Amino acid sequence: MSFEGLSKESTEKRRSLLESIYLWEVVKGLAVTGRHLVHNIFHTGDMPTMQYPEEKRVYSDRFRGRHRLMKREDGTPRCVACQMCSTYCPADCITITAAEHPDPAIEKYPATFDIDLLRCVYCGLCEEACPCDAIRMDTGIYEIAADSRDKFVVDKEFLLNEQTRGTR
Amino acid sequence: MAIVLESLAKIVFMFLLIMGMVPALIWAERKGAAYIQDRTGPNRASIGGVRLAGLVHPIADVLKLVFKEDVAPTNRHRALYALAPWVVMTVAVSTYAVIPFGDYLTIAGRKIPLVVADLQVGLLYVLAVASLGTYGIVLAGWAANNKFTFLGGIRATAQMISYEINMGLAIMGLMLIFGSLRLTDIVAGQGGLLFGWLPMWGVVLQPLGFVLFITSVYAETNRNPFDLPEGESEIVAGYHLEYSSLKFALFFMAEYCHMVVGAAMISALYFGGYQIPWLPRPMLEKHAGLLLQLVLGLTVAASLLFAVLFLRRVQREKGKFGDARDREPVLGAGFWIIVALAAAGAFALRPGDIGATGASVFASLFQVGAFVGKVVFFAWLFIWVRWTLPRFRYDQLMRLGWKVMLPLGLANLVGTALVVALIGNGK
Repeated sequence: MSFEGLSKESTEKRRSLLESIYLWEVVKGLAVTGRHLVHNIFHTGDMPTMQYPEEKRVYSDRFRGRHRLMKREDGTPRCVACQMCSTYCPADCITITAAEHPDPAIEKYPATFDIDLLRCVYCGLCEEACPCDAIRMDTGIYEIAADSRDKFVVDKEFLLNEQTRGTR
Repeated sequence: MAIVLESLAKIVFMFLLIMGMVPALIWAERKGAAYIQDRTGPNRASIGGVRLAGLVHPIADVLKLVFKEDVAPTNRHRALYALAPWVVMTVAVSTYAVIPFGDYLTIAGRKIPLVVADLQVGLLYVLAVASLGTYGIVLAGWAANNKFTFLGGIRATAQMISYEINMGLAIMGLMLIFGSLRLTDIVAGQGGLLFGWLPMWGVVLQPLGFVLFITSVYAETNRNPFDLPEGESEIVAGYHLEYSSLKFALFFMAEYCHMVVGAAMISALYFGGYQIPWLPRPMLEKHAGLLLQLVLGLTVAASLLFAVLFLRRVQREKGKFGDARDREPVLGAGFWIIVALAAAGAFALRPGDIGATGASVFASLFQVGAFVGKVVFFAWLFIWVRWTLPRFRYDQLMRLGWKVMLPLGLANLVGTALVVALIGNGK
């Protein structure tokens, strides 16, 4: 079989007379949509639509939501301002200013730790880069909304706050 | 003087009927489309917690459009740009003047024909006004001075010209059979029975003509599968691309007015208009009391059913939303119980014994109701078809119009003419 013959037969489906008149096919189509309509009128609960603010989707535990900063036992941030996360961040959304820690064993601590949530792509590479397990994205928060751009830049106090941790 | 008042009353009734159906159709379009596609559709807008299954949304839409800024292109043709939506809207509404929505109504000894203008050339009027509708679209497309709107206007013109011919040919068959261009004659002629059992509707006498006509009407209203004057991927919104705010609302409403008019035309010409098969007017008047009781009884039963459904929701959805929407089932149940009580109370007024005048009025209103019911069904069919069929490509549209429907229309006309010449027409 030649290539031309094959392509012609496979692209042009032979239509029967009834199909080429088209009207019966229209009626069949209307029957399909009509079935959906009637079914949905009597079984509104079967629809996959989620009524969002009332119902919320349950995400898996691995879902990457808004970041949080972990604390040591004494309440200070675990972060040692090594800049690994901000270096690794593909969106360049983490800004850390390092300062000298009074404890010589710790060396540095973040004087400021800002994340621009509008730049963040929620890839989770900061979590992986962190040598101290200081930054995590396990809060499960995905409703991040504000009415001005500067409110999306969250600082160290916000990220350390217990209130920002997790909806679950 | 009386005739002026009569005409005014009829015009106002017709206008309110169309304008009342527009938001209902917008609702049916959105909700129906959603249910056909397994979605829930509009269900958020509410007045004091009552959402009416999304029926509040059209009101919210209109309010939004009224208060929106009217953005217009700088290099428009000012006069035509402002005129175009009004042309479209006026034409959409004025077709209605010749469509009879009932037989006649006898009030205080006066026999009032239930049609705004009983023109001798009613069918020609319909065709003439329908083709004027193209002007609005072409003006809108041209005046906006934008190549996409211009292309949309051109598409609309080409489509209208192609399908108007088929529409005319299809109507010609009916004209031969009923021997008149007057729409009241055509509707009255469909009251009889064929072979003693088949309603003598246009669709029975002219099945091919009906198919051609309904296809042409769909093309005339610019609705799917013939909505080529618009085309998101090709020419953006087409002819109304540069319109916003209230002017856009006019185009949007005109589309639904066209639908109502198209549905009215289909039911008047091919489905007997106000005629109810096997139930001619003398019989309606004779059994008016019984029928009135039946209507009231059905109202009571239906409203009780709705009340029960709402009461079940009251039980099931207690505190589901935690806001004003929780009141909705209670209010719904209350409303339907009141309706049921009112309908049941109407039995105390002895509806079985309404006298000859009452019977006549009831028969007229019953026929108007039958007409409105048919219009609602065909308007719904427009929506149903839109969410079922894919649209045509432009060349397919032209091929269907000129190479398929035109020969079929001519064959239908010649065949009808032969039959009428051999056995005489319906007169």
